[in-house]
Amino acid sequence: MTAVLEVRDLKVRFATPDGEVSAVNGVSFDVNESECVGIVGESGSGKSQLFMSVMGLLAKNGRTLGSAKYRGTELVGMPVKSLNKIRGDKIAMIFQDSMTGLTPHLRIGKQMTEVLVQHKGMGEAAAVKRALEMLNLVRIPEAARRLAQYPHELSGGMRQRIMIAMALLCEPELLIADEPTTALDVTVQAQILDLMADLKRVTKAAIVLITHDLGTVAGLCDKVQVMYGGRFMETGSVQEIFYQPAHPYTAGLLASMPRLTERRREKLYAIPGQPPNLQRLPKACPFQERCDYVHERCVDELPLLRDVTPGHAKACHLLSLANPVSDPKAPSLKVADEARSA
Amino acid sequence: MVQDITGGTKRAALIEKAAEEVQGRSLWQDARRRLFANKMAVASMIVLGIIALMAIFADVLSPHAYDEVYWDYIGVGPMLENSHWFGTDANGRDLFIRTLYGARVSLMVGIVTTMVALVIGVAYGAVAGYFGGRIDTIMMRIVDVLYSMPLMFFIIILVVVFGRHIVLVFIAIGCVEWLTMARIVRGQTMSVKRKEFIEAARASGVSTPNIIRRHIIPNVIGPVIVFVTLMVPVVILVESFLSFLGLGVQEPMTSWGVLISEGAAQMENAPHMLIFPAVFLAVTLFCFNFIGDGLRDALDPKDR
Amino acid sequence: MPKELLRVEGLKVHFPIRTGGILIGQYTPLKAVDGVSFTLNEGETLGIVGESGCGKSTLGRAVLQLIKPTDGKVVFMGSELTGVGAEVIRQKRADMQIVFQDPLASLNPRMTVGDIIGEPLTVFFPKMKAEERKAKVRALMAKVGLLPQMINRYPHEFSGGQCQRIGIARAMILNPKLVICDEPVSALDVSIQAQIVNLLMDLQKEFGLSLLFISHDLSVVRHVSHRVMVLYLGKVMEIAERDAIYEAPLHPYTQALISAVPVPDPDIEKNKQRIVLGGDLPSPMKPPSGCVFRTRCPKASDICAGQVPVLEEKMPGHRVACHHWGIPDAAAVPTVAHH
Repeated sequence: MTAVLEVRDLKVRFATPDGEVSAVNGVSFDVNESECVGIVGESGSGKSQLFMSVMGLLAKNGRTLGSAKYRGTELVGMPVKSLNKIRGDKIAMIFQDSMTGLTPHLRIGKQMTEVLVQHKGMGEAAAVKRALEMLNLVRIPEAARRLAQYPHELSGGMRQRIMIAMALLCEPELLIADEPTTALDVTVQAQILDLMADLKRVTKAAIVLITHDLGTVAGLCDKVQVMYGGRFMETGSVQEIFYQPAHPYTAGLLASMPRLTERRREKLYAIPGQPPNLQRLPKACPFQERCDYVHERCVDELPLLRDVTPGHAKACHLLSLANPVSDPKAPSLKVADEARSA
Repeated sequence: MVQDITGGTKRAALIEKAAEEVQGRSLWQDARRRLFANKMAVASMIVLGIIALMAIFADVLSPHAYDEVYWDYIGVGPMLENSHWFGTDANGRDLFIRTLYGARVSLMVGIVTTMVALVIGVAYGAVAGYFGGRIDTIMMRIVDVLYSMPLMFFIIILVVVFGRHIVLVFIAIGCVEWLTMARIVRGQTMSVKRKEFIEAARASGVSTPNIIRRHIIPNVIGPVIVFVTLMVPVVILVESFLSFLGLGVQEPMTSWGVLISEGAAQMENAPHMLIFPAVFLAVTLFCFNFIGDGLRDALDPKDR
Repeated sequence: MPKELLRVEGLKVHFPIRTGGILIGQYTPLKAVDGVSFTLNEGETLGIVGESGCGKSTLGRAVLQLIKPTDGKVVFMGSELTGVGAEVIRQKRADMQIVFQDPLASLNPRMTVGDIIGEPLTVFFPKMKAEERKAKVRALMAKVGLLPQMINRYPHEFSGGQCQRIGIARAMILNPKLVICDEPVSALDVSIQAQIVNLLMDLQKEFGLSLLFISHDLSVVRHVSHRVMVLYLGKVMEIAERDAIYEAPLHPYTQALISAVPVPDPDIEKNKQRIVLGGDLPSPMKPPSGCVFRTRCPKASDICAGQVPVLEEKMPGHRVACHHWGIPDAAAVPTVAHH
């Protein structure tokens, strides 16, 4: 499987009035063709910033370290002109809020044909035809009429579908979807998820799904990477992550979710503590303050990702959740007191 | 037992240390910190403070009285002799002490009038904004009508009826300035009243006057304070203009406007009569504007 | 025999929206809540679910009389709340409280936490001394899982979950009988949601609270509720015991809702035959005739356009408003026969 995206030791830092804040702290992973990877995390995990940085969309006070290669071409530090040739064409992104993803004062048709004319050099007529094809692909009724409408005239669900259509216009190799259904009602979400599942079969695009909703991930993704405090805690196939979680955070998340399918009414397991404060991250394992199995070692030594079984990795010192003792063979990095975790 | 947020003895020590019963860091304290970090604003406050002190201790600083005529020194420029540091005016009165007395009048008019406009405007605007609907419409229509009245016309009528008196200046300008204040407060109130904590207060049974007093006003006061510091120079200017036209303070009392008026008349042969009061006026206006800008940046809601 | 605490009959909340007219306004009513009836017993939690535009938040506020109902009756602790004076309602507020969706926005940023939680005490016990009030506030802070030493801090110094605890403490300080929870965990991180849900359920058990739990998250509602009511465009579609709604939903909308929720279980989720509803939500200013759900219903027929279905008991303790009610297809609804 060839990798469409290769990320190595990516870090994202922001300069704030109170000092430098690390949003992403050294993550490495691959996204292969036709694969759907889920990046799961809550607020402060860094999941969105990770891909904003890959796409070159960071705020002015942000900087990226490390490497992110699209089919061998380095994206970090690429000049905007070259980046613009890849963005929208080879790599497309859809956002949570469809109103901000679409230009409010341009008609839908214009926004769509613009992309095609720009990237594919198509003529107007050909572009309109292709736009209509895409609208039909995403199951928008009365597609021709929609081309003449403005974003605010459409419902949230339709706007999201148009964003997906626009993202797919140039047949991208990589589609990054940042919380695509979070702002939608449940029944509308179902429509979009159904659509994305179909599109997955039809196009060969690799998909990255960034979300905090484990249900969406369970339905669409092949691989899952769990992020916390700017680092990966666990990575693996969707089956491994959901049925054999190896990291206390993953296990805690799954245990703390009330289930639609269960009758019980006893107390939920709740991960103690608060989400991480990026300005005051603990120096080694970011999860230590909330972990039920924390050891002395976790405070000084940063656990590195290591395989539990081939393809299923966790960043944790524990031998296993069933046997929560410190594993002497677990690779880790000693972290000095003042130095930010490298 | 309710699950404890610390959930474990290992974390308890860390948390306990962080949370002695300290005074919280209020938003006002944050704003004050930001304000004092703004160099222009701090410099302006110092300069303004100096001018105010000079105005208050004018009699200590100069041996002259503000209305005493020196027949030997009519219209002379700045000199050390006889302590006429700014020179004298066309009537032989010391300009330094008159400038400082002018400062008293101008600053007093500026601050007092603004304070009065503040109290009336905030009360009026908060009530109109909170109640909305018919009450708001009527109240704001009244404001609109009063707004369309020309200030000069109003003052001339007052002067004609009551004669020239410093209090008239307060009243006249105050009557106009509170209108803008009311509008600003009303707008701010309308955006604050939609916030959930207002609804929470109603759900707790808090009475309407208390909601306005405890919840609305503290949350609209930010932009109001900024507006106040920017309004003072406007009031001073208006007063100066009125005095320039001869509608302001009575002789021999003076204000910067009167001094500038007299100085302008003597511009060719005694420029010092114009320069000194004009510089004081300009510097004061700049200071208030810089402080206002500093306050606006310090209270910027984006940082909340 | 559980005692009835709250009874709502035919509650309507219509907002007149100006839709035309030059001098004299022309108004069309936005029917946010259009005839909702239910009861709530002491110590019980009624989950209210629905999507945007169903009127669930408006309903909560109308019960509390924060919004004036256009029609209908609300009877709380034996006395009527509708059609009585503002002062009478104000007195009753000690017994009925609300927790809001946005934890930070529901707290006055200029007041300390202690003042926020203690404010209801100043309203109903104006003679209480400050020391006694502070002691009560500290005790309650500890109970909801906040450190009492934080009493002088300001809301922006707390995290989202902690702010929600402050909001809950404020709601609880007067020892109410009824607490309306309006999407109390929707704005919180997943790992914090469980903490707050546990807190609410503990408080309910300890104080015998009745909760109206309004949420769009069906999984959370299943966990906390005893009974569940499903709303669509301001009308009740179905209301029944919790397990009955989730395991044998009789209304096509409920069936679609449950089928639509993504479950964090790959085997179920990847093999699910979702019921996907077509179309978009109609505007509450122009609700469809007859059954409001018919424009999106897979089972709609002619009778649905002509006759408004009445909310009736079709199975014991289970009321549905539908002409084509019935047991759902097992493949579509993952909760059916799953234990």
